[in-house]
Amino acid sequence: MQPGSICSSAKGNRALLPPAFAAWFAARGWQAHPHQLELLAADDAALLLIAPTGGGKTLAGFLPTLVDLAAAPHEGLHTLYISPLKALAADIARNLARPVADLALNIRIEDRTGDTKASTRARQRVDPPHILLTTPESLALLLSYPEAPQIFAGLKRIVVDEIHALAESKRGDQLMLGLSRLTRLAPSARRVGLSATVEDPAALADFLAGPRPARVVVAPPGPDPDIGFLTTLTPPPWAGGGGRWAAAEILEQVKAARTTLIFVNTRALAELFYQAIWAENTENLPIALHHGSLSREARSRVEAAMAAGALRAIVCTGSLDLGIDWGDVDLVIQIGAPKNVKRLVQRIGRANHRYNAPSRALLVPANRFEVLECQAALEAVAAHDLDGTPRGPGPLDVLCQHILLTACASPFDASALFAEVKTAGPYRALSRAAFDDCLEFAATGGYALRAYDRWQRLVEVDGLWQLRDPRNTRALRMNIGTIVDVETLKVRLRGRGGGHLGEVEESFAARLTPGDTFLMGGEIVCFEGLRDMAVEVSRRASRKPRIAVFSGSKFSTSTLLNKRVQRIIDDRGAWAALPAHTAHWLHQQGEISQLPRPGRLLAESFARNTHEFLCLYAFAGRAAHQTLGLLVTKQMEVAGLEPLGFVANDYALLIWGLQPVEDVAALLKIDGLRDGLERWLGDNAVMKRSFRNIATIAGLIERNMIGQRKSGKQATFSSDILYDTLRRYDPDHLLLRITRDQAMHGLVEFERIAAVLAEIDGQIDHIRAPHVTPLAAPLLLEYGKVPIRGAGAERLVVAEAARLMAEAGLE
Amino acid sequence: MRAIGEIGVMDGYRFQLHGQDLLALASGGLYWPAQNMLVVSDLHLGKSERIARRGGSLLPPFEVLETLSRLTDLVEALEPHEVICLGDSFDDLAAVEALEEPDFAQLKRLAAGRIWTWIEGNHDAGPLSVPGSHVAERRVQNLTFRHIAQPGAVAEVSGHYHPKQRVAGGRARPCFLLDRQRIILPAFGTYTGGLMVRDAAFDPLFANDARAVLTGARAIVCPR
Repeated sequence: MQPGSICSSAKGNRALLPPAFAAWFAARGWQAHPHQLELLAADDAALLLIAPTGGGKTLAGFLPTLVDLAAAPHEGLHTLYISPLKALAADIARNLARPVADLALNIRIEDRTGDTKASTRARQRVDPPHILLTTPESLALLLSYPEAPQIFAGLKRIVVDEIHALAESKRGDQLMLGLSRLTRLAPSARRVGLSATVEDPAALADFLAGPRPARVVVAPPGPDPDIGFLTTLTPPPWAGGGGRWAAAEILEQVKAARTTLIFVNTRALAELFYQAIWAENTENLPIALHHGSLSREARSRVEAAMAAGALRAIVCTGSLDLGIDWGDVDLVIQIGAPKNVKRLVQRIGRANHRYNAPSRALLVPANRFEVLECQAALEAVAAHDLDGTPRGPGPLDVLCQHILLTACASPFDASALFAEVKTAGPYRALSRAAFDDCLEFAATGGYALRAYDRWQRLVEVDGLWQLRDPRNTRALRMNIGTIVDVETLKVRLRGRGGGHLGEVEESFAARLTPGDTFLMGGEIVCFEGLRDMAVEVSRRASRKPRIAVFSGSKFSTSTLLNKRVQRIIDDRGAWAALPAHTAHWLHQQGEISQLPRPGRLLAESFARNTHEFLCLYAFAGRAAHQTLGLLVTKQMEVAGLEPLGFVANDYALLIWGLQPVEDVAALLKIDGLRDGLERWLGDNAVMKRSFRNIATIAGLIERNMIGQRKSGKQATFSSDILYDTLRRYDPDHLLLRITRDQAMHGLVEFERIAAVLAEIDGQIDHIRAPHVTPLAAPLLLEYGKVPIRGAGAERLVVAEAARLMAEAGLE
Repeated sequence: MRAIGEIGVMDGYRFQLHGQDLLALASGGLYWPAQNMLVVSDLHLGKSERIARRGGSLLPPFEVLETLSRLTDLVEALEPHEVICLGDSFDDLAAVEALEEPDFAQLKRLAAGRIWTWIEGNHDAGPLSVPGSHVAERRVQNLTFRHIAQPGAVAEVSGHYHPKQRVAGGRARPCFLLDRQRIILPAFGTYTGGLMVRDAAFDPLFANDARAVLTGARAIVCPR
């Protein structure tokens, strides 16, 4: 789809804008964008608008509603707006208030989220506003009430904002199931999706579409961003991810700009970088910190200060990726390689949140490999080449939840619900057998050996499925949603009325002993103890902190970026664009060993300090490499190669052991790896975590059953017990199948390994290098080494014990 | 009786309570060699059934099978003269009636040829239609067996609280909690949560030198 193609009828569309609206635009010195008029003219059942940040997407989404409501009064709900963020719903409510007031429109706009008062929510069910702003979870809740048909009967329009972000998680699947129900209740309601630039508009349109296909409207992309490397005097370090090395030079950029957003990839690194930049900040420029582990109050304070223009910079994570409009940002700095071009483009868009003004951004590679990745990202942005992995089919745990919630609203016919579910984009290919499995699970638990004959959750009466015990609706509604929180503990300052600083993962808290220090909200705090299920800390300025490893997922570099990195390495002509230190590094690699080549696998082995090393340049991303490391070392153990450990980055995997590897191809046979995966996964913590999420979403575990530890009361039991019990007595249970499936795709990224191995198709270049090679050297410095406790380690222990015996004269 | 002290269900931590030699087993049971007595607590049989009956989640309905099979392992290994279940053996009285025939038969087999005592718990207060006797509490020599510990009591063996402890960042594991005056047993049932031993609920019951004995592959003793 060419961006320009939609402008042809812009003039004709302008006529659709009522005079009052045209005057309103004119009074502000604005002109309606062609894509805004295009949406006004559209009468499609479903339509996807793709526009860059600042492209007036939201107004485009609402203009038809406002014009419609201005023309004729409407009884009840007219437009339902759904966004991924509660804050965005509130933001939109404020932004719409302006034109509604200026045009003296008689329109009631309300938001409805988890934060809305219960009394307001109850009133909204009886007397809905014209425009309701909500989230996928709140919509699912609304649909579970018996009065849903009345609430939505007159609905005209459904606007899904930031649909590209929703489509990345199960929240999107849940929303699309919700829309399939809405279309049943209000067949004439039109769907509009609003999206940032994405790699595959057709796929997103299919995701959004209901029974009829969705049309795609692409707004002109605006000028290319002004984006480059931060030039520094010193080269970046060999390994690591913090960007602290460039703190002083980044501060200079902050000084030169009006307001800067500094994106860091993880929360822990954000804390460390925040500390580093303040260490340089002798002028005390107002620089704040914002990430998802900080308390809501702390984040609101930062957001308010930002909105008031009181800040010069914010060090932040993905927590600021979406939505809220800060007009004044004129520079975005990305620390560490972006890992993903799409996210980078969206982040860059945060600078100069105005249409037709170029955004200014600087990339700061955190280490030598990331220089390559940043260069690859620059080229990808310039080429408008976006990455993304195709969505898998709609997950079944979400469908299980949908079935149970549908039963909360009213009895349903299984075939009718199946037909309805299949109109949702993610579930178009759903088989009847899979649907029946989910229904069976929802009704009976789906156990092979034993059944709850008398206590089924759903029962079939006269061909309609309904809840056996209507009291169950409350528990089911409490369980709505697809976000399962990790168990966290609050962090509080010790002493009377000690302030709430934020949250840490329970597993992190469990490793702390009194006296340990960690970073939280930009300060070093000292762990004093656990009290009333909160982590009590005191301020401690003098010590070096342990790193807070609270959540904040580490993204793996996308396939697209890795392929571009490989192409840069392969094309000596492209090295001229690289900093001299990086070009020199690649040159040395070619001299000492060989450069990795696209479509082939470079394997290097070398000896160092009595250990034998094997480096595999698979370019499959860190998560996939970590999985590959576990599987290959397992094969090595069996082959008697005595592996001792491994470490991975986004580009390669380094394994060390006591024996040299001769036959690399034998270790990389896909069938062997797959077998190993099946066995390894079964008892793995990754699987248990994945099971916990799936079991919660599907309704096996109630949210209040886990992680609830009120003082003086026994906590409910762990989901691990359920997992172990199921594995023993019902290994083919639906939830275990879903867990295996999702772990293979998402958590361990085995598919990426499989794809790489299929591509190289046995073409392995195995080099015996005289010593550690330039590309392998950074891996020796990488964090996150994984020890293998096998025969090799055992042999070292035996040898060391014997040496000690001999030394002590105890032969 | 087989040799005790080996790794596995029979591994244990040996200690004295008011002059009696006792063994806190890694499997979660308490063994009194002099009386050839096995004590277990909080089996919570029928928990998944009760949750389902009340319209809640349909948990994997294998917990009775699993709990009884672990209890069977212990009874077969020790061949005790007497078994005491310290209360909350059933998740509620209806769960007793709901017990399936094979499970009931298994309980009967276990109880055959030995003294089997069901102590009343807060979940299963009332007469039980299962083999064995049913009492509020039982005294054997100088030791008192009851469901809920009483502050100030001495030489007391009880359950109810499901104590749990976590060491070295591992997973929290069910544990015994003991000092010179009393011992609280971990929950033996499969679907049972727990209360961390540092919880204030234990403060009035234990002296400063209280110890926890973690269950699992081995019995591991550590301070409370």
